[in-house]
Amino acid sequence: MAIQQRFGLSLVALSCVALTACDFNDDDEPAPMPPADVSYSYEVTVYNMTQGQPLSPVGVALHGDGMMWEVGMSASQALEVLAEGGDNSDFTTADGVMASAAGAGPIAPGSSETITVTVVNEPDTFISVATMLVNTNDAFAGVTGHALGELEVNQSMTMVLPVLDAGTEANSEAAGTIPGPADGGEGYNAERDDADLVSFHPGVVSADDGLMMSALTSAHRFDNPAVKLSITRVE
Amino acid sequence: MKLKQLTPLMVATGLTAMSGFVQAAELEITVQNLTRGIYFTPILITAHSPDQQLFNVGEAASTELQAMAEGGDIAGLEMAVDALSADTVANPAEGLLMPTAATTTMLSTSDGNTALSIVAMMLPTNDGFIGLNSWMIPEEPGSYTMYLNAYDAGTEANDEIRGGGAPGAPGLPVPPPLEELVGNGGSGVTSEITNATVHIHPGNLGDNDAEAGMSDISNTVQRWLNPVAMVTVTVSE
Repeated sequence: MAIQQRFGLSLVALSCVALTACDFNDDDEPAPMPPADVSYSYEVTVYNMTQGQPLSPVGVALHGDGMMWEVGMSASQALEVLAEGGDNSDFTTADGVMASAAGAGPIAPGSSETITVTVVNEPDTFISVATMLVNTNDAFAGVTGHALGELEVNQSMTMVLPVLDAGTEANSEAAGTIPGPADGGEGYNAERDDADLVSFHPGVVSADDGLMMSALTSAHRFDNPAVKLSITRVE
Repeated sequence: MKLKQLTPLMVATGLTAMSGFVQAAELEITVQNLTRGIYFTPILITAHSPDQQLFNVGEAASTELQAMAEGGDIAGLEMAVDALSADTVANPAEGLLMPTAATTTMLSTSDGNTALSIVAMMLPTNDGFIGLNSWMIPEEPGSYTMYLNAYDAGTEANDEIRGGGAPGAPGLPVPPPLEELVGNGGSGVTSEITNATVHIHPGNLGDNDAEAGMSDISNTVQRWLNPVAMVTVTVSE
């Protein structure tokens, strides 16, 4: 996964403080205390706005300036694992991730969950959040590479998210291919039998709308936006 | 052509020039196709006077817009905007813009051409198109992102079966590489136009039978949810 590490501006800043302190250091005084660690904590609230698509446990990652996916590019394997099977573990431990957190469980339609993520001595991180719409083949919602550096304590930002298609599994909706409760079928499968490009999702069709092989019903249809996301800096 | 102009155009231009809202600008414009399986025909990008519009929701399409929306032919629109001294880039992608692909072009705007419009037909549809309608170009340098919806020109019934792209000809034009991607033998979804003005497209219905059924469109690949395109405009210093 291509996340470019940014070398901590914070460390540069802190070492200057330490040097300045040295100028005033007197032989009789104890060595200056090392600067205290500074924590940056963010509360991430994910609201499920869909009719009948539980969201898989949310993956939250803080990293340097970069994107964990891009429309028009091939999905990373970590994203494929999340989007096909709802498993955020590869996503939250991808190369370049400085701090991460995961939701406690699926988020039901109409519900929300707040997840806290904390990073130390890194004021200018970027956030990626992703969750699968579990009654689909490989649909997910999320935001990636969103800058947090301007966010003051107690300040928040809210956005609504469209549904994306990881492009790694054909949207057959067939029985046995959907991991959510509508089907209980397969999650991640390494085979890529779709466009292999991330795109916006065309929506699910469902058996009720003419896709006879579909394990889904009208209850599983969705439209944009599907998820509301709020990020508040709390520390 | 339904490009609306203020009658005292000279006066209006003079006034806005004095107020400083009409400076020429250098724009870098990127149009990205966000869809899973819809192709955009040649794109028209034009900066024009804010009192002109290529289309308007709730109003009948001009014949030039109809030719674009039904067949991807932007020649008529291009001539119309040229006659109005617009600054235009036609067909920046040099052909179809594939699903998820992006195209970037530069556009130098002249004094007074402060509104930006973008249109392109969506394939396979009967008369669907992406539309940006008279977005006011900011004077403040920076990068601006917009998401575009799919519109229906309201000039052709959405039968979703193979046909022609000439204005008034029923059915979908099917140029390569769509030839491989669009089915055959559909009976036709509908022969009616229920709203003869420009409106938000209801979306493709499609079916899962490439040889028969109602539609020649694939319901799992060639549907979409709005938005269908992302436009990024960078205004130079």
